[in-house]
Amino acid sequence: MRVLVIEDDSETAAFLQKSLKESGHTADTAGDGDTGLVMARTASYDVLIVDRMLPKRDGLSLITALREAGDRTPALILSALGEVDDRVKGLRAGGDDYLAKPYSYTELLARVEALARRAAPEESETTYIVGDLVLDRLSHKVTRAGTPVLLQPREYRLLEYLMKYAGQVVTRTMLLENVWDYHFDPQTNVIDVHISRLRAKIDKSFDRALLHTIRGAGYMIRDET
Amino acid sequence: MTKLRSLIISTPFRWSLIYLLSFLVIVGGVTGTLLWRTNDLLTSQVLETIRAEVDGFRQQYRIGGPDLLERSVTERGLGGGNGLYFLREPRGGRIAGNLRRMPDQLPTDGGSALFRYHPPGAIRSAARERLAAGVSVRVADGSVLLVGRDIEDQREFLAGLRRVLLWSIGLVAFAGLAGGYLLSRKILGRIDAVATTSERIMGGDLSERIARDGSGDELDRLGARLNQMLERIERLVSAMREVTDNIAHDLKTPLNRLRNSVEAALRDPRGEPAYREALERTIEEADSLIKTFNALLSIARLESGAAGDNMTSVDLTRLVEDLFEFYEPVAEDAGLAIRISRDGPAVVRGDRQLLGQAVANLIENALKYGHATRPGAGPGAISVRVEHRGGQALISVGDRGPGIPADQRGRVVERFVRLEGSRSQPGSGLGLSLVAAIAHLHGGAFRLEDNDPGLRAVLSLPGLAAEPGESRRPSTRAAAAGSANSDRGSGRRNDGATLASHWRRTAR
Repeated sequence: MRVLVIEDDSETAAFLQKSLKESGHTADTAGDGDTGLVMARTASYDVLIVDRMLPKRDGLSLITALREAGDRTPALILSALGEVDDRVKGLRAGGDDYLAKPYSYTELLARVEALARRAAPEESETTYIVGDLVLDRLSHKVTRAGTPVLLQPREYRLLEYLMKYAGQVVTRTMLLENVWDYHFDPQTNVIDVHISRLRAKIDKSFDRALLHTIRGAGYMIRDET
Repeated sequence: MTKLRSLIISTPFRWSLIYLLSFLVIVGGVTGTLLWRTNDLLTSQVLETIRAEVDGFRQQYRIGGPDLLERSVTERGLGGGNGLYFLREPRGGRIAGNLRRMPDQLPTDGGSALFRYHPPGAIRSAARERLAAGVSVRVADGSVLLVGRDIEDQREFLAGLRRVLLWSIGLVAFAGLAGGYLLSRKILGRIDAVATTSERIMGGDLSERIARDGSGDELDRLGARLNQMLERIERLVSAMREVTDNIAHDLKTPLNRLRNSVEAALRDPRGEPAYREALERTIEEADSLIKTFNALLSIARLESGAAGDNMTSVDLTRLVEDLFEFYEPVAEDAGLAIRISRDGPAVVRGDRQLLGQAVANLIENALKYGHATRPGAGPGAISVRVEHRGGQALISVGDRGPGIPADQRGRVVERFVRLEGSRSQPGSGLGLSLVAAIAHLHGGAFRLEDNDPGLRAVLSLPGLAAEPGESRRPSTRAAAAGSANSDRGSGRRNDGATLASHWRRTAR
């Protein structure tokens, strides 16, 4: 995956470049809005990481300019402003996801990978399959090894989101934002409780577990064989 | 000098100057007109008398010819009084009369004019000339007759009057100026006192207040208002100072902990495994610090009114139902029964995320502190209720925990306040402050009540009218705290239903 990091703080940019390389991606960096715009338009990237406040041209206007030119490359906005209305502004400007500083690298990586997946054409898939777990998006039916699994509506949406990003780390915040549409931090381990309920339904009576906890990051649904 | 200058350019002084000038212009105009009209009236009366006399002479001329005219002119001239006469022969010589000579500037066609003359009988060079008004006519034989009256007294009377009036105008002008000066000096003095006080306040002494004279006049009232403002500022500043102290304490403590653990790890002889452990702990600590920071920033933003761009119609019943569903499994795992009762939609205008956060904080609080402490009280139960009553949307979250003593309830809403015994629980002490700030932003209120036993947190928000067509069927759901308590759970379910219908009744 090829990522463009548009960030004016050179230390942060270097950290992201190095970390992304270690995660198996390639990353270019741009130090200001104008350079970033030129690079985003001349080369092809899978994901853009755009700092909201940039010299010469701010992050939001950069994304707006790209979208006006028909460029739909997924963009993750990084910002020190973490408030809900700021994120709404960011998404309205054409950003695809919004991450408030300070963020953890695992969170950022999970979101960048999810964004790259979102842009992929499999978006229109009607069935998600992980091992012997099958989720039919049209009939909302879930089966494991042919046996129907009965899920509550919210559990279904949780599983659907995990399966959409099968093989990728999904963080608790991503689940909170995308499954429940809550943009605040619960102090309790709510997400973990919901995951363990889901796990009881899809993994408990089977030998092989599909829903894995990734320590310090989040969850991943994957067939390990 | 600057004092005088500031006095002159002061508003009261300028205004009194403007008033004075317009007053003077008006009085001057009125007085001038009065003098002029009086003079005119007196003169025309004199001229009328003269004309009547001239008519009398004409009559005599017609009866007795020039001789009779000459005789009567001479007689009248000698008769005393203030009449002046002169009869001139056609060639220019004097025939009769008490004037020495004919005044030059007089027309002879019967018109009137003013002239000056030397009083008869006085020594010519010593006497002052006097003013007179006269009419001269040409008699039929060609001689010219002048009849006049002395109006020097009238002139002097009018001049005296003018002097008096000018003096009084001058006096008024002086009094006005002096009054303006005194007035502006008094007002300026009081305003300067306010300015001096505000300078001292700007210098840092916020306890300073503007001195009032208690008269209740506009400056006194202004002073009262300013003092109220100062009181509020002082309260805000001291609140801020308190917050700063709290931040210093509540953020420095974890920072210090973080530093200690890193230092300890560096000294740890185990090397790498110890480093790894310490780093993981560091990240955890940093995350909790970030959370505290975020909560603080949110509260500050909410309190400054900067948030609130995302206001829409929010159905609190839906919102609370979703959150109830969200937290239900957590409560179950914690061995707490949680139930919800609601009564149709309760629509408010608000920010869905903020309101969600507020309700989530209340539920999490109940989850944290809702465990029953009284022996034999059974497992704790959390009841969440949404209702629309009297134009207010009310959300309440009640628990059966130890509760909060009445005198402490106001305090826990303040930032970083954590009661004894709760410090061992994770949390920043900002949750309820955030709820209060969110309530305030939405024009609502937040209060804590006794749930007997336990604590009930009530969030009230100004409601919008419920959308028509929505059913107002009450529903109650309960989650039992594990299978062992299922009997209790169902018992509570009934309680909930009864309670819901009770509330519905009161709402009507």
